[in-house]
Amino acid sequence: MERLLSLEVKNLCCIRDDRVLFDNLSFNVFSGQALLLEGQNGSGKSSLLKILCGFREPDAGEVLWCGVEINNGTFFEQMAYVGHLDGVKKELTVLENLKIATALGKPGHYSIEETLEKVYLSGYDDVLVQSLSAGQKRRLSLARLLITDNKLWILDEPFTSLDKEGIAIFEALMVDHIAREGMVVLTSHHDITLHGIDVQTIRLA
Amino acid sequence: MSLSNAFIAIIRRDLVLAYRRRAEVANPLLFFVLVITLFPLGLGAQTKLLQAMAPGIIWIAALLAAMLSLDSLFRSDFDDGSLEQFILSPHPLSVLILAKIVAHWLVTGLPLLLISPLLAIFLGMPEQSVPVLLWTLLLGTPVLSLIGSIGVALTVGLRRGGMILALLVLPLYIPVLIFAGNAVEMAGSGLPVGAQLNILAAILFAALVLAPLPAAAALKMSMNG
Repeated sequence: MERLLSLEVKNLCCIRDDRVLFDNLSFNVFSGQALLLEGQNGSGKSSLLKILCGFREPDAGEVLWCGVEINNGTFFEQMAYVGHLDGVKKELTVLENLKIATALGKPGHYSIEETLEKVYLSGYDDVLVQSLSAGQKRRLSLARLLITDNKLWILDEPFTSLDKEGIAIFEALMVDHIAREGMVVLTSHHDITLHGIDVQTIRLA
Repeated sequence: MSLSNAFIAIIRRDLVLAYRRRAEVANPLLFFVLVITLFPLGLGAQTKLLQAMAPGIIWIAALLAAMLSLDSLFRSDFDDGSLEQFILSPHPLSVLILAKIVAHWLVTGLPLLLISPLLAIFLGMPEQSVPVLLWTLLLGTPVLSLIGSIGVALTVGLRRGGMILALLVLPLYIPVLIFAGNAVEMAGSGLPVGAQLNILAAILFAALVLAPLPAAAALKMSMNG
């Protein structure tokens, strides 16, 4: 049995251009849980995710991974992030993009072939990303979550430009990931349905 | 996967990318060749003057060509989010950046080095200076990429960082320019150039060790937007 992983956020405060986005924000996420961040545009959802990824320094408070500051421990070996930007190179093929992603992390649960099958991109291995559609590009960047070894997924609007089918596929993958003791922190404007999963919702005002 | 695998994978990735954007990558080389070919036309039939100026001309052209190519170092990775993924990698960012710098030098610095003997002859540089010119370029151009990486990392988040980049980076390029230009000139008069080359080598090794760290820190800062 694996040790229970935890992401702890304590008294977090974020100020942007003299505007307090959130203050005294605290929550915990454990393995097997999902956290959904809600809020209007500009309410600080993306900023919060950037703080969780270590891109932004919080103005106060701390983010702990299994009790250790995220910048000191093994946090980056166990997390994966898909943000607004796809993070794929359009001049490279699908396969080349995934290979670079595995080289940057550790190979994970699925092989590249299995991953492509999971995101319904098999057969596109040698296609340049610039000739994929927006939804396919999105699926490719989500494929990165599957090929590297990670426990925590941080997703900023993962469903952008995905069609209904794509959303359903991806929801199933999230359920699968959480069932394997993973955890997910995400923002989404779409209604999401994660069957049988413990979902916390936090609303940023 | 191990760090060395990641290092090699990034170099390979950037070389493939450079190959697929050939036209863009050829710009600095074209600039280098153009500037140098224009000098004899501008100066007229003054062979002696041209000969005396050759080391300086080649080095200044190389320096400006390097400056011109700097922005491409992180720009596309910054714009498409690849840089976010680099920063989130469990590998140290400075090593990944070093890989990018190596690839950048292979694509922009090495071609200058390869074409320079031809241009040196074109400017009428004495034969004994050409090997020294090659040595200075071999030791000096990587320094330009390394030091430049710090400047680009600082300015990549700005939309119009070109001028600031030049102001940040050019003063740091001056020692390289002075020692390299001096070495080639001395070699033309048949004087020993060991000291200058040693200093260039020392600058290279210092930059190799010291540049990726501030570049990594600056990139993280640029992401914090």
